[in-house]
Amino acid sequence: MFSIEATSLHHQALNERIRAGERELTVENVLGQRFIAAGMSDKRIDIHGTPGNALGAYLDGAVINVFGNAQDAVGDTMNAGQINVFGNIGDAPGYAMRGGRIYVKGDAGYRAGIHMKAYRDHIPVLMIGGKTGSFLGEYQAGGIIVVLGLADDDRDIVGNFPCTGMHGGRMFLRSSCERIRFPHQVTARPASPEDMNAVTEHIRTFCDIFGYDAEWVLDADFTVITPDSKNPYQQMYVAN
Amino acid sequence: MTREGQFRNPSGCAIAAAISRDGRRFSADRIIKSMIPMHDRSNGLGGGFAGYGIYPKYRDFYAFHLFYDHRQARREVEEYLKERYEIVLSEEIPTRKIPEITDEPIIWRYFLAPLRSVLRSAQLDEKEFTARAVMHINTVIDGAYVFSSGKNMGAFKAVGFPEDVGRFYQLETYEGYAWTSHGRYPTNTPGWWGGSHPFALLDYTVVHNGEISSYDANRRFIEMFGYKCTLQTDTEVMAYIADFLMRRKGMTPEEMAEIIAAPFWSTIDRKRDEDKARLTYLRTVFSSLLMTGPFSIVVGYTGGLMALNDRLKLRSMVAAERDDMVYIASEETAVRIMEPQVDRIWSPSGGEPVIVRVKDGAY
Repeated sequence: MFSIEATSLHHQALNERIRAGERELTVENVLGQRFIAAGMSDKRIDIHGTPGNALGAYLDGAVINVFGNAQDAVGDTMNAGQINVFGNIGDAPGYAMRGGRIYVKGDAGYRAGIHMKAYRDHIPVLMIGGKTGSFLGEYQAGGIIVVLGLADDDRDIVGNFPCTGMHGGRMFLRSSCERIRFPHQVTARPASPEDMNAVTEHIRTFCDIFGYDAEWVLDADFTVITPDSKNPYQQMYVAN
Repeated sequence: MTREGQFRNPSGCAIAAAISRDGRRFSADRIIKSMIPMHDRSNGLGGGFAGYGIYPKYRDFYAFHLFYDHRQARREVEEYLKERYEIVLSEEIPTRKIPEITDEPIIWRYFLAPLRSVLRSAQLDEKEFTARAVMHINTVIDGAYVFSSGKNMGAFKAVGFPEDVGRFYQLETYEGYAWTSHGRYPTNTPGWWGGSHPFALLDYTVVHNGEISSYDANRRFIEMFGYKCTLQTDTEVMAYIADFLMRRKGMTPEEMAEIIAAPFWSTIDRKRDEDKARLTYLRTVFSSLLMTGPFSIVVGYTGGLMALNDRLKLRSMVAAERDDMVYIASEETAVRIMEPQVDRIWSPSGGEPVIVRVKDGAY
């Protein structure tokens, strides 16, 4: 496969090499280069090493595999495509994404899925295999966030203050969520088979990519969280 | 030259640290390298390092590092010091002329032992005596600034990118058991040598990424205890708060974290009774030392360090371990360049301190 050696390449030069390279390519020894594959649409990129912040920002159809951990703001304002991270991911993955999919095998940091949105058939999906930090789905306006909590430890599946300011979209947590406190403007309830229809295929794909047994992952309690109101800010403004 | 406080424009920064729990001393090469993949987090207006265990031959003496604008300032400072300290060694700090670092002030260091007779008549312990001497020089003697004042440690800072600042001070020739570093992207002040990080008082140093929105509330409180914030730079007040809580109040780094990044009341309510009582007490008594706004910091001190995020975690920070070494950085890449294979790497939660202690007797 076409391969790019990233050692000591500045991010701008690295992106130029990726754009000029073949449709399918591998990037080796990535260390901190930011904005990798930003806005790209027709590439399939395997990344080895630790990519810098804003990996796949504005991604518009490209597919990225990261064989390592990713840093902050992966898929910022992403429009389409897919990012698979085989390690952990930093803070604010999927920041304001409005299409495409981000699948993370491990944990996510703070503010995963902050301000995700959706438009008609553009429904972004952020799926975290491990657990996440605080403020999951902060200001979520659309799309689907799924956290599977597959890590074998006693941490809660999410940190403090999930769904703060959530006013659209859906969140699925693979947990009965007894210890999790949600804000007043959302409803958390056990996911019904109809609810699960929205995510079952995504979970199967996730399990294929990262080598989990999908039946085992699906055979668990899921909680679905949705906002109560279509217009939560109505009371803040004068009616006219 | 415009100084801190004379000008404000409405910041990103990079921090990193490496420490050996066994007290093994290692060259600053490693910490300088950590700043390379984070280059774009700085803009060339400030970089600096703090090293612990770097002056073993002079370990019993206060090491003062000074910037002088002119020779008159040096004469005045030396006159002031001679009345209070035995000056064991006085020398220019060795630097390397490089095109990336220009307009340097006169950079001097002294190894000092307080005069017993003066200490006795001042009725102060030598640390308090020395902290007051630093405050005096920095506020009264025009053109002089003490930017490092602890024992067997030193801060080194300048205007420039941190990698260049490391070369400028020939830091590869120093060995310490702990190093912290900072690359600056000033957003509120113009970037003066003294305003670069680390900020230091005695052996407490702070490197900081972020912006303290509670700065003025914190400053008003700490100035009641004799500290003088001269630079209008938020990190300065943190160094004084570290000194106040840990030296003067004798608190642990854990307690300091519970004060400056106190949990929300709603989080405290859910704690076990004894934790709830302690957290409520600390948050009530030291409410003016709560720091709001985004920060990730590393506080260095003799025998250890503490890394801490603001409670909302509005800045990134990762920690990692390998054998006796612990690494902290704004980005994982900075850890990976120092140590490609780590045993464990994790992102501490907001307000959850990472405290590293060097084995007793090893520093």
